[in-house]
Amino acid sequence: MKRSAYTKVLKTAMFASVALVAVLVVAFVFYVLAIGVPNISWNLLSTKPSYLSGNIGILPDILNTVYMIVTTLVVVLPFGVAAAVYLTEYAKNKRVVNAIEYAAETLSGVPSIVYGLVGMLFFCQFLGMKTSLLAGSLTLVIMNLPTVMRTTQESLKTVPQSYREGAFGLGAGKWRVIRTVVLPSCVDGIVTSCILSCGRILGESAALLFTAGFAHSLNGYFKALHNAGATLTIALYFYAKDQGEFEVAYAIAAILLVLALIINLAANLAGRRLRERRK
Amino acid sequence: MNSINGEKMEDTYKSIIQVDDLSLWYGQNQALHNVCMDIGEGRITALIGPSGCGKSTFLKTLNRMNDLVQGVRIQGTVSFEGQDIYSPQTDVSELRRRIGMVFQKPNPFPMSIYDNVAYGPRTHGTKAKARLDEIVESSLRASAIWDEVKDRLKSNALGLSGGQQQRLCIARALAVRPKVLLMDEPTSALDPISTSRIEELALQLKNDYSIVIVTHNMQQAVRISDDTAFFLLGELVEFGDTERMFSQPTDKRTEDYITGRFG
Amino acid sequence: MHGVFLACGLLTIGFVLLITVYLVVSGIPAIHRIGFFKFMFGTKWASTAAEPSFGILPFILTSIYGTAGAMLLGIPLGFFTAVYISKFAPKAVRNVLMGAVELLAGIPSVVYGLVGMLVIVPGIRTVFGLPDGASLLAAIIVLSIMVLPSIVKVSVNALDAVPREYEDASLALGANEVETAFRVAVPAARSGIAASVVMGVGRAIGEAMAVMMVSGNVANMPLLSKGGLFESVRFLTTAVASEMAYSAGLQRQALFSIALVLYLFILLVNAILNSILKKGGGK
Repeated sequence: MKRSAYTKVLKTAMFASVALVAVLVVAFVFYVLAIGVPNISWNLLSTKPSYLSGNIGILPDILNTVYMIVTTLVVVLPFGVAAAVYLTEYAKNKRVVNAIEYAAETLSGVPSIVYGLVGMLFFCQFLGMKTSLLAGSLTLVIMNLPTVMRTTQESLKTVPQSYREGAFGLGAGKWRVIRTVVLPSCVDGIVTSCILSCGRILGESAALLFTAGFAHSLNGYFKALHNAGATLTIALYFYAKDQGEFEVAYAIAAILLVLALIINLAANLAGRRLRERRK
Repeated sequence: MNSINGEKMEDTYKSIIQVDDLSLWYGQNQALHNVCMDIGEGRITALIGPSGCGKSTFLKTLNRMNDLVQGVRIQGTVSFEGQDIYSPQTDVSELRRRIGMVFQKPNPFPMSIYDNVAYGPRTHGTKAKARLDEIVESSLRASAIWDEVKDRLKSNALGLSGGQQQRLCIARALAVRPKVLLMDEPTSALDPISTSRIEELALQLKNDYSIVIVTHNMQQAVRISDDTAFFLLGELVEFGDTERMFSQPTDKRTEDYITGRFG
Repeated sequence: MHGVFLACGLLTIGFVLLITVYLVVSGIPAIHRIGFFKFMFGTKWASTAAEPSFGILPFILTSIYGTAGAMLLGIPLGFFTAVYISKFAPKAVRNVLMGAVELLAGIPSVVYGLVGMLVIVPGIRTVFGLPDGASLLAAIIVLSIMVLPSIVKVSVNALDAVPREYEDASLALGANEVETAFRVAVPAARSGIAASVVMGVGRAIGEAMAVMMVSGNVANMPLLSKGGLFESVRFLTTAVASEMAYSAGLQRQALFSIALVLYLFILLVNAILNSILKKGGGK
């Protein structure tokens, strides 16, 4: 009977763990949405905060987040994709490949706060960008480079060797083969890496505290780049921790949660397409 | 028995497993059609036939490994020592202990040689070290691999050669003291020398165990088996004494197959 | 074109060097001035006092205890969940659970921090009758949820990769499915499962914002004795974050030194992770 006791204990442990995780996730999501959604108003979404009128609006934070995502992606994509192309199409020296992959792994393990600090020292101070969205974006470029590189690399590996051989056989040069054959067939990998990076940028906060700052002023894209600006996550932190404006914080949390859900779904769809093609 | 295909035509023997009117479906596809067969005690029964003929499926109904496949449906009876193994009272775990299995690809666990052999006895409640040592040694001896591994029982089983791995898997199956050993193309992944060692082993084991072996290799069936069953498209075409079947098959399809006209 | 691609490939190495060089160059001076032992093993942090004291042992211990506590809760929860998902869950249940885990991974730290601040912290205060619930325990609870995705996802991958033949062999010997999962599949996937734990450790050590919102942020020495769980504490990450905005001089330099220590911890975790994966892969 010892045997059935062993089985029973492990089964119970599994069901209890799964139930706890499931309840945790469901309760978390419903709780945040239940408190947050009623606090989302058109006024909140469409205005900027003013101490004079006591108004709180998160339009600048929304715009800053969008600016941040756009800027970071525009910079990181070419570098990340090119790095992936180098690794799969050019690199012959195993040592170099290992070193690059090891570095990418190291980068993905570095805590956000360390990125924030180095970003502040390098971009804000050394390069004289001051605390600005641009400095924040460039910091996020470093953070997201490994993600883009790896995801693209995965999808490049699925491009059949015969495509390349076919193109080379027609006398095409290496660069031409990459441009006309390899890159077009890994577009879904690049799209996936964009989605994943979006998620990370949207959720990032510690790396932006000292690089992009806290400001809530409403600016156009180019002006915003050179000024400090809070993203949604930083605004949430600021309203919850400094201002005690919990309704606003929950409203932002609900927005972030919904966006995270959407990004997850999109990443899943893209990932599924990628897997299907691999077959 | 309402089917003619299971009738034995030669000498009688004591049977250990009786299969009566067995049919099996995977979803909508019928994979076995009304199979009847008496598997002899202390004999080697070979199952032959072209790929996809149902011989492996049939083998797996004997220790209920098909239960694990989704959407599988089984009709008819399989009795082992007089008990219907598909009755709800059957303890599947005990059934599989009594009817061991060796797979096509050697599949030792990624653990030490000792732990591989001790896995079964431990699962069934043997904990005493001295007893386990004894079982491990006798099982490894019985499967003719003791001398090769006795000095490295603690090293990883995946370090052995393919043939050694397969003999280890046989030892692992023997360690729970089964009555019947099911072998699913046990030599198809091995080189000729390893193959002949496994065949010799099977002939030795016949004294203590009843063996059912699926094979692709007809010479192998002739070399080691007492009885042969020929399957085609899920149907048991012919079943009988091996020598007789290969010398004078009664069914035209059997003749075509063993003379190499198809399959 | 080769050169351009090579340059982009080397970019990751360049960034690692950039981070390392900046942290070392800006982190060493304070350690030098304060003294290595006084800095690393000093038990008192009073950076703005008239006679400042820069001992970061409280932060180091808080990070270690906090991470250990989070793993203590997170490992069993994540491990059993992963085994269920990989070996027992019907396809639909598996998809839902994996989706839930992915979602947990995608929720921003500050959202965890907010919920921790307004649910867990008051909860701890009420349950244990404390003046304030912002504490090491609150941080441990929040971190244990945040490490779940790493543990579950990586463990599920490792368990999925166990060849079906191992499990067949075990079942054919009469082991039931639970025994097969825990005695054959889990040992076979152990290096992947170990890697998942180490990744969880990395995530817990590096987390800043969520922890900052729930741990109270007072530079207390964390105590292992009774009551230590309820002390307000400061982690390595939050030590950097909480004073950076208004720091100057030696205080500011000392913050860089803390970041350097944190970075070294992470490099250590990475090295362990790599050696586990290499061992697992070389089998």
